[in-house]
Amino acid sequence: MKVALGIMLLGTASLLGAGQAIAAEGPRASTAAPPLSLIDRALADLSSGDQARQDAAANVLIEQGDSSLLPKLEEIRNNADRSVRLAIKPLMDLLKNRSNLASPDADRRRSAAADLGSSGRPVVMPWLEAALAGEPNRWVRYTLEESLALIRLASDDPDTKIKAAAKLGELRSSNAVPALKELLQQTGTDATDQQKALANAARAAIGQIDIWASWANAFETIFRGISLSSILLIMSLGLAIVFGLMGVINMAHGELMMIGAYATFVTQECFRAYFPAGLFDYYFIAAMPIAFCVVALCGLILEATVIRFLYGRPLETMLATWGVSLVLIQAARVYFGDLTSVVAPSWLSGGAQVMVGVYLPYNRIFIIVLSILCVAGIYFLLFRTGVGLRVRAVMQNRDMSSCLGIPTRKVDAYTFAFGSGLAGLAGCALTLIGNVEPGLGQNYIVDSFMVVVTGGVGKLMGTIVASLGIGGLNKFLEPSFGAVYGKVLILVLVILFLQRRPSGLFTIKGRHADA
Amino acid sequence: MAEPVVTVQGQRQAGEGLIFWLSGFVLLVGLPLLNVLPDPDSWLHVSDFALNRFGKFLCFAILALGLDLIWGYTGILSLGHGVFFGFGAYAIGMHLMLTIGTESVYGSALPDFMVWNQVKELPLFWKPFYSFGVALAGAVLVPTLFAFIFGFLAFRSRIKGVYFAIITQALALCAWLVFNRNETNLGGTNGLTDFKQILGFRLSEPGTQRALYILTVLFLGAAYAVCRWIIRSRAGRVLVAIRDSEQRVLFSGYSPANYKLFVFVVSAALAGLAGALYVPQVGIITPAQIGVLPSLEMVIWVAVGGRGTLVGAALGAVGVNWARSVLTNYFPELWPFFLGGLFIAVVLLFPDGLVGLFTRVREKWLASGLWVRKSPASSEHNG
Amino acid sequence: MAERGSIIYLEGVTVDYDGFKALNRLNFIVNYNELRVVIGPNGAGKTTLLDVICGKTKPAEGRVIFGKDVDLLPLREDEIVQLGIGRKFQAPSIYGNLTVWENLDLSLKRASKGVVATLVGTSSQAERDRIGQTLETIGLGDCAQQRAGSLSHGQKQWLEIAMVILQDPQLIMVDEPVAGMTDKETEQTGVLLQSLAEKHAIIVIEHDMAFVRQIARTVTVLHEGAVICEGPVDKVQADPKVQEIYLGHRKQKNAHAAAG
Repeated sequence: MKVALGIMLLGTASLLGAGQAIAAEGPRASTAAPPLSLIDRALADLSSGDQARQDAAANVLIEQGDSSLLPKLEEIRNNADRSVRLAIKPLMDLLKNRSNLASPDADRRRSAAADLGSSGRPVVMPWLEAALAGEPNRWVRYTLEESLALIRLASDDPDTKIKAAAKLGELRSSNAVPALKELLQQTGTDATDQQKALANAARAAIGQIDIWASWANAFETIFRGISLSSILLIMSLGLAIVFGLMGVINMAHGELMMIGAYATFVTQECFRAYFPAGLFDYYFIAAMPIAFCVVALCGLILEATVIRFLYGRPLETMLATWGVSLVLIQAARVYFGDLTSVVAPSWLSGGAQVMVGVYLPYNRIFIIVLSILCVAGIYFLLFRTGVGLRVRAVMQNRDMSSCLGIPTRKVDAYTFAFGSGLAGLAGCALTLIGNVEPGLGQNYIVDSFMVVVTGGVGKLMGTIVASLGIGGLNKFLEPSFGAVYGKVLILVLVILFLQRRPSGLFTIKGRHADA
Repeated sequence: MAEPVVTVQGQRQAGEGLIFWLSGFVLLVGLPLLNVLPDPDSWLHVSDFALNRFGKFLCFAILALGLDLIWGYTGILSLGHGVFFGFGAYAIGMHLMLTIGTESVYGSALPDFMVWNQVKELPLFWKPFYSFGVALAGAVLVPTLFAFIFGFLAFRSRIKGVYFAIITQALALCAWLVFNRNETNLGGTNGLTDFKQILGFRLSEPGTQRALYILTVLFLGAAYAVCRWIIRSRAGRVLVAIRDSEQRVLFSGYSPANYKLFVFVVSAALAGLAGALYVPQVGIITPAQIGVLPSLEMVIWVAVGGRGTLVGAALGAVGVNWARSVLTNYFPELWPFFLGGLFIAVVLLFPDGLVGLFTRVREKWLASGLWVRKSPASSEHNG
Repeated sequence: MAERGSIIYLEGVTVDYDGFKALNRLNFIVNYNELRVVIGPNGAGKTTLLDVICGKTKPAEGRVIFGKDVDLLPLREDEIVQLGIGRKFQAPSIYGNLTVWENLDLSLKRASKGVVATLVGTSSQAERDRIGQTLETIGLGDCAQQRAGSLSHGQKQWLEIAMVILQDPQLIMVDEPVAGMTDKETEQTGVLLQSLAEKHAIIVIEHDMAFVRQIARTVTVLHEGAVICEGPVDKVQADPKVQEIYLGHRKQKNAHAAAG
């Protein structure tokens, strides 16, 4: 296994190396090694006061220079006056981007291609074409093509323009829309046939792009909805389990998440301080179980000192746990200060482009996967193990279970600890998408209370459906109503929903419904 | 399990009446006199600042009375009373904003924040608030109406317990979010402030503040009388009965939903009234005073004083707020610890609050035989 | 209406709890001034039957008619109570934080039980007398000003029965009234129910066969949500189907009943 991986890595590296070599040698071979003095003269001309000479020098440098000139240019720029600096800046950018086209990092290649495309200089076309020929990555290739088409769109030849417009339409390039629209506007009533054909091509391309964009938009909305749902779900799971078992809403749940987030932060700091830098990326893997255990322990303490004296008094429990949350927030504020942040491990930064215009960040995907894993894990624990059987027994009939010799108090305590542990995990996950701050738990907590209440007691499914519903609705309503009114609307919808089902989506009907 | 004990009818009657008239006298006559008469350097003197601050506490006491009706007596936990308070406060606040006129910083007839937000014309819903009468009526009627609609939906479908608490909390969150927005034209995060006058009286004058204080005491007395009348009536007993066994109430031929709605609406109206009295005395109202946390704090006032006793609720509101103003002054970092600790301690250790503690101590004392009293069976109610 | 003499008439009533049929196309009729005892093994649907009549549970299908022609299905619980149906629950359900007197005062039948009426209303002398009388009947005259929560279990049961009686219902439904009572209390309860039966129709759910024999005229046996057998106690006990149901899980009670 390891050997195979090594060979693969080697292969990739050599491929990349080859690409680099081609890119680096290509221009030099075709221009047959210009005399060094030409470039030197151009460099000297750059700082001359004469506008024409400057421009000519810049052109020479763009056509014949490469990134090795950058230090020299930098030097000139530092000593020159403002007009020269302004002239050199685009020159340097072009050269930098040109060398970046050969970078081993796909993201850098891509952004270089995009920059070169927006520079609008025909001179970069051969570079882009050369890069396109050797480019293995689909999305870099896409950007290279897009850039080329954009530059061609600005050319003087009508045929090329029409082709470029069609190409951009095919590419669904949203970057091209302003340029295409400009083309449309330029076409007056007295346009020639050729101009009309161009306008038609542009119009068709814009149509194609727009349709695609609305699809991409819909897709992204759905993804954002699922992403928010998964955050709500992972936050609500622990809450819902405790609510189902003990009828208790733990108002300090958000602060347990906050503790989980700080546990992650501390783990990160420890890795930074005590472990070799190469291992730093793995801190997150260690942080997840640590956060879970630390917070589960906190939950156990909370249960033993507060919750267990309040069984059967859910409203008082809410108040007491709210008190706990106030204390915890202030304690975190005093100890950690106001704001700290966790650096996401490199394997979770960035994202995946799944289609044109749709970019899915890895951290969101990770949270979605994590929430699915949590659901699966809870399902397994509850329905496939003996411990789960006991928990379910106590959930359904506490007195009977106690008669059957199930230690209900212990079940309560461990379930509470488990639910808290889930909160810790949620807090750990939240560090990926936001800052670590004492008020972290407050951000979504009321929403997750709503999820639990809407979902109903005692069924995992209710929580899942409710978080999907509330999360999805949130993102669905947000574009048209704004975040705030979307939330208000959701409250109204939840109240109306509770009209039909006052104790949530799923309820246990029958004998114990009122118990 | 230490269930909080609700006052049984007929108990503590004499004591309560005495406390009512005594404290009424002190609040209504005593403090204002001490404010006006003694030499400012005398230790007896009550400063303008102290009197004003006390007036603020008494506003909270009015709110606490209403909250006690619904939570202490009926057993319904509302975590959204800050919203009703806010409605009352904003209604009067809007009127006061309009009476500033061109005295404002920008010298425009529009409130400053509107000039700042480049609103050119006064929004339509602001216009009725030029009239003080409309503002005052709105301060009570808007929360009443809102509570009626919200409560009707909630109680009709028998949303109760934790469910009700959560949706009222969500209500508080939503109201906070909406009031924070600039485009709702309610002053955004900074709220309404910089008031100059009320009904032609300058708010900066100690005399105006004194009058507002006396008005607050009178309203508090009236609110107390109304609440007392409610809980002494058969309806009041139905409320306690709902707390004990809603099912039995239903099967005794009462509609618990109607009673809950009634008590929710009354407490919302009292909260609105409290807000209306609060604004001119404190001089500012912001969304931060009506959100999730303030709404929860209000519940704690009642719990600290003693739920299920009107005196306790009022006492709790004054006591907790007094403690807050002292603590935030000297140890600002400690206040959240103190408040959180109070939440926990009251629930775990003193479910009957200060009044309950007091009765318990008194009964121990009575039982010890040092105090001979004829009234029978007063100790067996509090087990 | 065909059943002119019936006070409560159920036809084809089905209650479905997530696929479990608590009542299965049940037909059930009780006449005016009848004392009916309903028995049946656990889960037979006895309590659900009462829930359906008093409006707590709405059936998936079927008809529930009170008196001549009042359809109970669209009504709320408190409206059904105001029509004249009273119910005593299995576990005593009283107001623990009110006095015994207040418990009864709240239950007393009044023209209006709306918010306004109770805010301004006071008790008339006649009403107070009636409460006093009832207190004596249930033997709680001395505890009138006591907190109801401090009563004994049996006293609470009686208090609740008294509360139901004060509602002046035409139909009284009683769910296991003697559970947890001493033998003497049980007997007194039996006498109380029998005297009530002179003026009211009563449905009693009970497991205690000795008690059933003491009070019952007609017995209905429920099993799996349907009526298996109906008739005098002796006939029911002799019925082979009933014996089959009870054999196994109800052997002891049967033996006990046979002995008594």
